Amino acid sequence: MTARFQLSRRALLAGTAGALAMPAIRPAFAQGAPIKVGVLHSLSGTMAISETALRDTVLMMVENINAKGGLLGRKVEAVVVDPASNWPLFAEKARELLQVHKVDVTFGCWTSVSRKSVLPVFEELNGLLFYPVQYEGEEQSKNVFYTGAAPNQQAIPAVEYLMSEDGGGAKRIALLGTDYVYPRTTNRILRAFLNSKGIADADIMEEYTPFGHSDWQGIVSRVKRFAGEGKKTAIVSTINGDANVPFYRELGNQGIKAEDIPSVAFSVGEEELAGIDTKPLVGHLAAWNYFMSVPGAPNDEFKKMWHAYIKNDKRVTNDPMEATYTGFAMWAQAVTQAKTTAVDAVRTAMYGQKVMAPSGYEEQMWENHHLSKPVMIGEIQGDGQFNIVYKTPTAIKAENWSPFIPENASRRRG
Amino acid sequence: MTRFLRLLAVFLLFAAPLRAQEGFEAVVAGLAGGFAAQAEAVERLGALGDPRAVPILRALSEGRLQKSPEGALAIDGRDALTGAPAPTATEAIRINNRVRGALRGAFGRLELASASDAERAAAAAGLFRARSPENIQILEDALGREANPGVRATMERALAASRLAAPDAGVRRQGILMLGGTASPEARGLLLEARTASPDLAPEIDAAVAAIDQRLQLRRVAETAFQGLSLGSVLLLAALGLAVTFGVMGVINMAHGEMVMLGAYTTVVVQEAFRGIPWLFPWALPLSVPAAFLVTAAVGAGLERGLIRHLYGRPLETLLMTFGVGMILQQAVRLAFGAQNREVISPAWMQGVITLPGGVEVTQNRLWIIIFSLLVLGLTVAAIRFTRFGLEMRAVVQNRRIASTMGIRTGRVDAMTFAFGSGIAGMAGVALSQIDNVSPNLGTGYIIDSFMVVVFGGVGSLAGTMIGAFTLGLVNKLLEPWAGAVLAKIAVLVGIMLFIQRRPKGLFALKGRAAEQ
Amino acid sequence: MSATTITPAPRIQGGTILRGLLLAGLAILAMLPVLNRLPPESVLYVSDFVVAVSGKWICYGILALAIDLAWGYAGILSLGHGAFFALGGYAMGMHLMRLIGPRGVYGHPVLPDFMVFLGYTELPWPWWGFSSFPYAMLMALLVPGALAGIVGWLAFRSRITGVYLSIITQAMTYALMLAFFRNDMGFGGNNGFTDFKELLGVPLNTAGARAALFYAALVALGVSLLLCRLVTQSKLGRVLVAVRDAESRVRFLGYNTTSVKLSVFVLSAMLAGLAGALYVPLIGIINPGEFSPGNSIEAVIWVAVGGRGTLVGALLGAFSVNALKTWLTSFAPDLWLFVLGGLFVAVTLFLPRGLVGLLRKGEGR
Repeated sequence: MTARFQLSRRALLAGTAGALAMPAIRPAFAQGAPIKVGVLHSLSGTMAISETALRDTVLMMVENINAKGGLLGRKVEAVVVDPASNWPLFAEKARELLQVHKVDVTFGCWTSVSRKSVLPVFEELNGLLFYPVQYEGEEQSKNVFYTGAAPNQQAIPAVEYLMSEDGGGAKRIALLGTDYVYPRTTNRILRAFLNSKGIADADIMEEYTPFGHSDWQGIVSRVKRFAGEGKKTAIVSTINGDANVPFYRELGNQGIKAEDIPSVAFSVGEEELAGIDTKPLVGHLAAWNYFMSVPGAPNDEFKKMWHAYIKNDKRVTNDPMEATYTGFAMWAQAVTQAKTTAVDAVRTAMYGQKVMAPSGYEEQMWENHHLSKPVMIGEIQGDGQFNIVYKTPTAIKAENWSPFIPENASRRRG
Repeated sequence: MTRFLRLLAVFLLFAAPLRAQEGFEAVVAGLAGGFAAQAEAVERLGALGDPRAVPILRALSEGRLQKSPEGALAIDGRDALTGAPAPTATEAIRINNRVRGALRGAFGRLELASASDAERAAAAAGLFRARSPENIQILEDALGREANPGVRATMERALAASRLAAPDAGVRRQGILMLGGTASPEARGLLLEARTASPDLAPEIDAAVAAIDQRLQLRRVAETAFQGLSLGSVLLLAALGLAVTFGVMGVINMAHGEMVMLGAYTTVVVQEAFRGIPWLFPWALPLSVPAAFLVTAAVGAGLERGLIRHLYGRPLETLLMTFGVGMILQQAVRLAFGAQNREVISPAWMQGVITLPGGVEVTQNRLWIIIFSLLVLGLTVAAIRFTRFGLEMRAVVQNRRIASTMGIRTGRVDAMTFAFGSGIAGMAGVALSQIDNVSPNLGTGYIIDSFMVVVFGGVGSLAGTMIGAFTLGLVNKLLEPWAGAVLAKIAVLVGIMLFIQRRPKGLFALKGRAAEQ
Repeated sequence: MSATTITPAPRIQGGTILRGLLLAGLAILAMLPVLNRLPPESVLYVSDFVVAVSGKWICYGILALAIDLAWGYAGILSLGHGAFFALGGYAMGMHLMRLIGPRGVYGHPVLPDFMVFLGYTELPWPWWGFSSFPYAMLMALLVPGALAGIVGWLAFRSRITGVYLSIITQAMTYALMLAFFRNDMGFGGNNGFTDFKELLGVPLNTAGARAALFYAALVALGVSLLLCRLVTQSKLGRVLVAVRDAESRVRFLGYNTTSVKLSVFVLSAMLAGLAGALYVPLIGIINPGEFSPGNSIEAVIWVAVGGRGTLVGALLGAFSVNALKTWLTSFAPDLWLFVLGGLFVAVTLFLPRGLVGLLRKGEGR
């Protein structure tokens, strides 16, 4: 028992270090131990499809910063672990990063449940986590910086667009989502928002399906029926991951065109579209804070860097990758300003940090630990990219505690 | 009379030839503007009725219309108006849904006199959606010329819809009566929309809507039944292979789902191989069926000879071992093809809606899958009933020792039976690639359902499997509107579990000696 | 179709090496939290991480014992024990959620956060009473036990055995997974429960609390082991093995095999529930993923690897497979599923008696 146990622990450490394929060490680093950056993204299991690109983005940023001479004169070193899309394992691996590897900062998590799983660990050990994905809000931890969108930076502007003349002037909304906390909370906020805009509950349809749902016949025909009540109807989709392909296929097969019933999705980006034939989807919408098709020098530079790093010009960039990029750049700035990687000092230095993001907007980190971000609406094109049909004139500040959730009025400030 | 004068005025205003000559270029230039300007320009081009607009609008809708920094428009490297070679530094003009809607109306007006039936029907359908009193006259004219009954019906609906938007109450009433005579959900929607705009006509509209609802009721029942049959056919396909390996041989193959997955990946590979051969490409899907059968049958034969054979008589061990095999197959496919979903293109004949007699609309791909599942079932039954292999298989199942003394090589029959069952699973994979994601874990979603169908229908009975699959599909879809997709599924699972307690041998229990072991 | 297996009657006879190994292993486990208190420079120091991971393995060990009791001794191959484990975990999770009280982000005195932002106004009835620790612990045992009682009674009564039972239990855990994923169930949906604060008045995020939980799990493991030994060495144990090997014969001898099987199945489910209840505070999260059929079948393979029909085998299997998993997923995640799948194949084909059988052979038995 002992022998096996000790062996496994040692081998585990050796294995992790060996597997990391560190970028070549550049010369001319000043004295000092390397700065360690933890990467906590699933590389196997169901979430690997989405999260692997984020691991690569962090590794790209690390390589890039080392090429420029490191940070505070020290080399930056990535520590990659694989939580394997297993939520309890996320907590275990977070503890491993903080206690065994003693990382200075961690970039990681995609799903809300994985973030909720690691949160107590980061709070207990006073770590620092950068979370790069759009989420439902209703959270704010002093140990987490949220670089993805809060609901007011994605969902509400998207619905406003659908109700505008350009978006088709929708008067009736079908809220379709996968049954988990992000769609539930987002739809609760949207319902309150729609009510405040004079749309009655009778004109709102809300339906949830399990993860990976593939038989959309019934729901799509119910949406069709819902749309046949004489008011312009639109679909707001918080359908997650895999389930989107059969959903869109059913929409196309049942002859629902974007001109008649447009749909706007919050979880469908370039990476998700990369595997499917998008021609029947043209005209359906997605709302994000960044699209690969954003014009301008910051995005060109980002895309160039990505293609050079991944050595494949066909790979796409997407919103969570951009949020990872922005978060990393901001953290590096804050460390430089604080002249240390100590968590408390970096946290203070993060407030007010500004970065010119690939979205082409200057984004700022506020004391609520959320970024100000622009909102963009894109139409799906035949080539899997998005045609940006709307963007906000400036970056919008996050409301992570939504004013549309009544309980927030009495909530203790965290 | 006033109506006629007003129409005449509208007509003169927009269609006066002189004005059109002058205005055309100016209007076209608007296509280079913002989305609002684009939509307006498209609408005006439709109103002008100038046939020169058709290729320009077509190019706009297909994303081929380009603009230079100076605002000149070009299509495929030639100036959109003059046809002269255009400067190269141009960017594609992009449109949004609002412009797409306007385009539909414009095409409707411009192509209502087209020589092609399909284009006229599409034009009429476009005008139905982009309804406007301005279209009443041209639709009436077009109806006067139209001979094709299908196109006439579409035009009549479009005319009724346009009348519904007319300012005159009498015209609107005409529209209401006409729409009330249809069985179209879209017409119902239009009527309800009109109800808010014209409260004076509310009683007529309510009567028309009620008439439509009555006609739609039966159709909705039919559509729910179709959805149930469709789900049933998917279950049947997934379970049929298992009905052979589990039902006939008694082998618990937990890697059955992975056989389905391998069939789906064979479809991907066949499609990729044919991509470069245009004349063969549309046949990729039908040709995948035998290919998938052969691939999975070969894997199945290897699995039986290499591993399962050693565990006959130990079903629990077989269960665990095949689960491990499934894991290995999944991971191997994941490493070979990547974790990402693979794209399988649906052929044109499997896309869209088909209207059955009685106006029931069903999606083509689902209809094909129902037909395919029955075909596969028929082939399976035929293979077992009428071939020598089937005879030997039945002999071995009934009494292995006597079959062996009669000179049947039982080992070979075992391998062939297992290969046959696996091959059927592979064919199911081809069909499932049309409605589900082709990913390494495609099979895991079907394994429990498949076992439930086989156990529910009665182990060893193909008829039971078929009836079981369709029953479960229908029950699921009947429950879904009340309970939601998840609760319906849970209810069905619990129902089966309780049913098995009552009748451990399923719906169609085998009788006689073969049932004992 | 009979579930008869050909393993000889299992009894730890002369297994001195095995018993020694078991005792040494437990003793070393017991030392871990103490070594954790040493200064980090010390050679013998073990980190919090190691303590947390081995705490998890102890819980898996109890689950493996539970499965072995049903499968190895009574021949009931349940592919749904993950469900009993998860139900025990949920009962403990509900208690921990109630203990958060007004410390949630919305500061609601009674309702957990997820209920507040999903718009609940009052506590759903299944949650009543869970603020009490004894009640929650009772539920952690009773709910899995009751479920096993119902499913087992229905199944054994109509003489559903072997693979049919396996398939039904698999469908049971699958149905429960679908149910718990639904947010409308009021059990937190996909997110499940997390961000626990305290248990029995002790804050959970301290090394001391973790050590206490670790010892609690270890004691539970010891008690479970003794209990299983008591059952299997008793007359009931003999009847169980007889039922496993020739159920009809035992029935004809006048034994009520249904109640024999049912009682051991219920006991086994309660042990799995206990394991789940200990697992949740150690890990800090419980969610419907624990119900996934793959988890249950993976737990079965621990027992098969270690050697079913021997209690020490179940523990050996749970520890060795999980050690392999922790080690391998850290540096070669792509390889792990091949290894696990290979284990299924290799054990069923070549090692029907598992590692214990291998060691026994080495002993020259």
